[in-house]
Amino acid sequence: MSDTPLAKAPIKTPKDLAAETGRVNVQINGVWHQFPKGTRMIEACRQVQVAVPHYCYHPKLTAPGNCRMCLVQIGMPPRPAPGQEPQRDAQGYEAITWMPRPVIACANTVSENLGICTTSELVENCREGVMEFLLINHPLDCPICDKAGECRLQENAAAHGRGTSRFVDNKVKKPKNVAIGPRIRLDDERCILCGRCIRFMDEVAGDPVLGFTQRGTHTTLSVHPGHLLDSNYSLNTADICPVGALTVNDFRFQMRVWFLKETPTLDVNCGTGTNISVWTRENTIHRITPRRNNDVNSDWMPDSHRLNFHYIDGPARLTQPLVKHGAHHAPTGWPEALQSAAARLKAHAPQQIAIIASGRMTNEELSLTRALAQAIGTAQVALVPRFAAADALLIAGDRNPNTTGAKLILDTEDPFAKLDAIREQVRTGALRALIVLGEDLIADAGFTADDLGKLDFLLQSHILANATADAAHLVLPAAAFTEKCGSMVNLSGRLQRLNRATDSPGLARDDWQILRDLIRALGGEHPQLDQIEDVFVQLAASIPAFAGLSLATIGAAGVPVLDTGYQIPLLENERARNG
Amino acid sequence: MAVIKIQRPKLRFGEKIYLTALCKGFFLTLRHAVKSLMGKSMGAKDLASSGLGVTMQYPEQNWDAQLPAYYRGAPALVTDEQGRERCVACQLCEFICPPKAIKITPGEIPSADPWAKVEKRPAAFAIDMIRCIYCGMCEEVCPEQAIFLRKDYVILGTSRKEMVHDKQKLYAIGGVRTGLVNKWNELK
Repeated sequence: MSDTPLAKAPIKTPKDLAAETGRVNVQINGVWHQFPKGTRMIEACRQVQVAVPHYCYHPKLTAPGNCRMCLVQIGMPPRPAPGQEPQRDAQGYEAITWMPRPVIACANTVSENLGICTTSELVENCREGVMEFLLINHPLDCPICDKAGECRLQENAAAHGRGTSRFVDNKVKKPKNVAIGPRIRLDDERCILCGRCIRFMDEVAGDPVLGFTQRGTHTTLSVHPGHLLDSNYSLNTADICPVGALTVNDFRFQMRVWFLKETPTLDVNCGTGTNISVWTRENTIHRITPRRNNDVNSDWMPDSHRLNFHYIDGPARLTQPLVKHGAHHAPTGWPEALQSAAARLKAHAPQQIAIIASGRMTNEELSLTRALAQAIGTAQVALVPRFAAADALLIAGDRNPNTTGAKLILDTEDPFAKLDAIREQVRTGALRALIVLGEDLIADAGFTADDLGKLDFLLQSHILANATADAAHLVLPAAAFTEKCGSMVNLSGRLQRLNRATDSPGLARDDWQILRDLIRALGGEHPQLDQIEDVFVQLAASIPAFAGLSLATIGAAGVPVLDTGYQIPLLENERARNG
Repeated sequence: MAVIKIQRPKLRFGEKIYLTALCKGFFLTLRHAVKSLMGKSMGAKDLASSGLGVTMQYPEQNWDAQLPAYYRGAPALVTDEQGRERCVACQLCEFICPPKAIKITPGEIPSADPWAKVEKRPAAFAIDMIRCIYCGMCEEVCPEQAIFLRKDYVILGTSRKEMVHDKQKLYAIGGVRTGLVNKWNELK
């Protein structure tokens, strides 16, 4: 080292440059990157698209490091002798000395000038060894396993397995097909003892009923005696199970996953606006799973919401417009239905007409509802409130998914306020015609069949035949949430998008098209609306919070448009856990 | 690309009027006609003909005895020595089937069934024989040795519905097949 003043000028090394932003330099497979201090090695690799196979690690849970699949080789600069300057290469990085033994990438964090190698022969041998041990007792019943096709063990066996077994003894027998909960089933032979489900139930669901019993090769996942895996979040364990040990009863043997098409959309069972994937084949929904959104639902969703989709294909589904003749309904066509609706509405004075809309409608539908009210000339527009107990995780007390959007679009603090007045006016006979959009008044809004009988004209659009439809003079078949495209604003003020996963059955139509055609039939002035995007553009022009947005720019993760101050409890818990 | 010009062959007068070739052809046909009437057609024995030329009088006569071992006829489901239906409704054949002829509805085996440990079997299995192209991919992909292409080639029906083989018909065609791998043995 030279002692000249020039050489002592402060030259910033990569270490200093990274430290300025709280980062460290890490070399992954020969390429240098910067990561924040404290990043797990496996996360660092994931961020730069380097695959590290793993089973027990899950980004939202603690890392016990028990599957050993994520072993990688690491290296660090050697500690210099006293007085010795570290060796640096041309870019200023210190030379890395590789360690002879691998470490797990999930439970170790990155440090300055660390080297990670995921492709060396040592790492490949480790993976092959781990796979061989895991497959010793695995039953290999992939043909009957619901997880086949999305099973990590299958994927890793193909990528890192030996292909043949050297094991000659009999496999260990464990309990199979055990009903450990009302909605879930356990196959212990398939279990690879990663413990993800145990950690999920303990850390996220707060109902630690799962655990390991026995020892060694007989270790068995089981539910605590006297308890059941009956938490409303139990099915998330099947999602995160890397193998087919935990499977969902509802989806059991329904369809192999490789036939299913995945559509990202939203859950409409409460105001949280959980992000979901709808899995369909040939217009049939086979299952719903949560979709990661770290600002809404993390990776999870409640069972009650996940399983609430069978009504879409149910026998009560409306498939054609129905008009009431005497006591019975008869099918009719759309043009006739809309013309008769317009004619019967025009026969009443505007103040005799009211609209009851739904908090389950999208922003676009609500904006057309507002336009419909304007076309009729009535100010009597109300939503049906739907409040129940919140569950301190993901289920919000407000079970309407778009109350926040309704407040914005109808420009009122309490969109439910006029419902009681409308009900009273129907009872006194002041209101003669009622338009009901997506609600069952008798079941949810405190109306009785007698009340509805007093009306001259009751128009209902809904997806199911129900008591209100029975009393309605005209019933219009609408689209279910998986059949429509549109946007909603959740309780925390995030604008999110619904996408169409299936087509509506029969003659059923998208709600926004029904509203648009009804407005046209009433002779209302309306700009050209050919697709749902046009409705949103028109809406965005009138709502300042949506300014500059379009359905396309909302994206899969949504856009925060409002600060409502509402905090999703599950995310609060997650933040508290991560410190 | 270079263009190669080809010259037409120069024909002589005799070739141009093609009368000689025509006569040659007549005599060749006549020779074969006489041979076939005398029952001396070439390969008549190998092709199991009716004796008149090499023509086989189908359907009175057929070639079933001569079908090679690798012949691919109608796909069918089989049971094994233990009387177990081998198909577990994994739907790989449905997935691989190039013309999408196969449609499977999976079902669960009830716990009272002696084969309850297999857990899964087809509730319905249908192969549309109008669509089937006899490629044999279903047999190749089957992880349970449950579907085989048989030598049946006479698939008849008077309606589209009749041309769809349901589960019952598939097991009737397939019958029992012995000597297959017993994957669901007592150790399972």
